[in-house]
Amino acid sequence: MVEKGSWTVKKGLAEMLKGGVIMDVTTPEQAKIAEEAGACAVMALERVPSDIRAAGGVARMADPTIIQRIMEVVTIPVMAKARIGHFVEAQILEALGADYIDESEVLTPADDLYHINKNDFKVPFVCGAKNLGEALRRIGEGAAMIRTKGEPGTGNVVEAVRHMRTVMGEIRRLQNLPKEELMTAAKNMAAPYDLVLYVAENGKLPVVNFAAGGIATPADAALMMQLGVDGVFVGSGIFKSNNPAARAKAIVAATTHYNDPKILAEVSRDLGEAMPGIEISSLAPEQRMQERGW
Amino acid sequence: MKIGVLALQGAFREHRNMVEACGHEVIEVRKPVELDQIQGLIIPGGESTTITKLMREFQLEQAIVSRAEVGMPIYGTCAGLIVLAKDIIGSSQPSLNLMDISVQRNAFGRQIDSFECELAIPVLGYKPFAAVFIRAPLIERVAPNVGILAQYDSKIVFARQGNFLASSFHPELTNDKRIHQYFIQMVEEAINK
Repeated sequence: MVEKGSWTVKKGLAEMLKGGVIMDVTTPEQAKIAEEAGACAVMALERVPSDIRAAGGVARMADPTIIQRIMEVVTIPVMAKARIGHFVEAQILEALGADYIDESEVLTPADDLYHINKNDFKVPFVCGAKNLGEALRRIGEGAAMIRTKGEPGTGNVVEAVRHMRTVMGEIRRLQNLPKEELMTAAKNMAAPYDLVLYVAENGKLPVVNFAAGGIATPADAALMMQLGVDGVFVGSGIFKSNNPAARAKAIVAATTHYNDPKILAEVSRDLGEAMPGIEISSLAPEQRMQERGW
Repeated sequence: MKIGVLALQGAFREHRNMVEACGHEVIEVRKPVELDQIQGLIIPGGESTTITKLMREFQLEQAIVSRAEVGMPIYGTCAGLIVLAKDIIGSSQPSLNLMDISVQRNAFGRQIDSFECELAIPVLGYKPFAAVFIRAPLIERVAPNVGILAQYDSKIVFARQGNFLASSFHPELTNDKRIHQYFIQMVEEAINK
């Protein structure tokens, strides 16, 4: 008996990405640079988040041609983004053969109440979360991988740090609760009870958890790894810097050797300018992508 | 006895858990100095291009080959199998060049074609093995000195050549410890030789 698209297989690919860096790319040339630098996967996009932010308007799934051309030139997994709740964009991405779908707040939400029922698909999904309740709701809908939301396209790691610390703090709190308090905890964080029980018993999420949203330097990547993430997404941070190939390679090395400050010092040298950053407090509330998601 | 798990990228934690569940100590290997402490090495699943580049950058490539040449057992799963192969079909990607096998990467297609199945592995006994294949490679050809341990759909997915063991699938994602026990036995035999 052969089973495709099972939970083990969906979650399994995320396990294989651990300790690695997933890089946003918009062209086949960038995808080659990312692969050459040691990316464990690429995210195929029409624009990186900082350009989406600058352009304004409605951001949608990328043109299938872009995704296909990127799939043709690299052997590593290719991910692509669908709008929150836009299950037809997800169906299209599955038909194209994308290896993972990011139901992403970087794009303009297509549904202001509901996310995609990800259990309907054979392709696995990754979703953003800024706290434990949000992570467990997404896993309940079928997400096989979680990432922090951070604040995409800002080159400012503070929000990703906050989201990771929040999730880890909530996990530690659940571990310390007596069993009779867990149902109320599930109610208060608006999370499925069975998943709250899992977290309380195991002290971790039932799926892989990556950092995303604002990572711009090797030190940022290592910071997130030391805070307990399993791997790192870098969006605008690589191709908006002035030496993408060197920066990409350095972030890959920093993600592997996150606990070795000597190596971190070595790989952080001479990388040129990082992407320009944005102070979070300068963003108007409607510009905060992390608030998208229900 | 200590078993090393190459921890550059990929599912090294799962291998660590399996080896520990078998009752042995694990060293995560990221630098050549860590190889000195171990008697056997597991190269996990992950992205073979990423793992190979990091091995080269941090001087592990030659250090692993030197140990392998004097008989240290190595087990590669999925990406680890690719890293062990002498021939990667249609690719100039470097490898450790240790096993006389020709490997086809992503042989079943993209993630959507990843699957699990029950696999007969005679060397492990009658009970089939729950094998998880994720964007898995296949062994297309083996030299006569390579033993075939399992096939799926008449294609080679598990093989051994002397002190090298390689599988296309991921026993570390299951609860079945038999393949890890088999590898640990290889390490014990190598120590007692």
